[in-house]
Amino acid sequence: MSAAPAGYGQALDLVTRVRGVRGAMLVSADDGIVVAEQLMEGIKGAAVAALAGSVASRLGRALEAAGLGAGVFWHLQAEQGALLVVGAPSGILVVAVAEPDVNVGLVRLELLRAAEVVA
Amino acid sequence: MADDVKALSTQLAQDPDSLVFLRLGELLRQRRQLDAAHRVALTGLERHPHLADAHDLYARILADKRDYERAFDEWDMARRIAPDHVGALKGLAFLYFKVGDVQQAAVHLEAAQRVAPDDPGIAQALALARGGSGQAAAAEQALAPSPPPVAASAPEPLEEKQVFAGLEGAHEGLLLLDASGRVLGGALKDPGGARDVTDAVAAYLAGVSQEAARTAKLLTLGGWTALAAEGKQGHVHLTALAGDVLLLVVRDRSVPMGRLAVIAQRAAGAARRWLEQQR
Repeated sequence: MSAAPAGYGQALDLVTRVRGVRGAMLVSADDGIVVAEQLMEGIKGAAVAALAGSVASRLGRALEAAGLGAGVFWHLQAEQGALLVVGAPSGILVVAVAEPDVNVGLVRLELLRAAEVVA
Repeated sequence: MADDVKALSTQLAQDPDSLVFLRLGELLRQRRQLDAAHRVALTGLERHPHLADAHDLYARILADKRDYERAFDEWDMARRIAPDHVGALKGLAFLYFKVGDVQQAAVHLEAAQRVAPDDPGIAQALALARGGSGQAAAAEQALAPSPPPVAASAPEPLEEKQVFAGLEGAHEGLLLLDASGRVLGGALKDPGGARDVTDAVAAYLAGVSQEAARTAKLLTLGGWTALAAEGKQGHVHLTALAGDVLLLVVRDRSVPMGRLAVIAQRAAGAARRWLEQQR
């Protein structure tokens, strides 16, 4: 776990306390670099951050092209887990890695609250 | 039979709150007077919004009109009001067969059979469902609310324009594309409806799917199945189908994300069937 400002730790706590969340990160949307993280052992934070940043950027362009405005929240569903992301106005992505049966609605709410904390 | 319609109509006019609208609506539906049946069912529903049979009747009429999206909602509502409603369970099973989700169809049929163990239609459809996806078409016919017209009974190959036939927003909010961003079917317009954005969105999404696959692999999450995103003016749901084919469903913000996932699931079933026929 990396050292981070107290506000960042508070933001990550909001997300990781949700049952089924395996870890949370704050990622710079511009360059996909980890700002702060609370991840379970074995998760490659830097690589996940880079890919999450890339998906967010491409998805954002697709949403803009479709005329749907800026992306607020996205949810990657996979066979054995999920990645959930909210973009903060400050240019930071709040990312959660979760179990497949996690309460998506609750994680979304906590991600949005965390995004307000780091805004 | 015309006299029956007249008699029931008179009875309903004399007592608008009576439940005779259920018989009248069903009779009109069977006579294929679907617009009249639709009006009767809707009026009845306005007076009896918590009556499961009213939602079931309305759903059957909608299914006959091939408005499967709303039929699903009505049968779903009937089941919420009366969880053991056999008509609703059979209707939902019919719709699941229609989109190729045999497993869900069987789940609903099993529930229906627990309530009505002697119903031969349920038993027949369930046996066909257990026979595998190859029997799905026969099972669907066994459950259909009314016999299909003769002209429609002969199997016809699906045309590209029919990939999403019968689904809500089939022409403006559904897109089927390959991993290279080439469009296979459907179309997208911007929220104003003036601009075709199909090619631009398809090109960006091809890149998204590659990154999604890499991310899921890196996190050892197995294969990715879907990517849902919420925008400020609308939502999208991207489903990974077999053979690197992607299905995109776009709706405005009035459609909740959960409902969008249901729409995407149904569209995915239709798309898979179309793809199987192309191979």
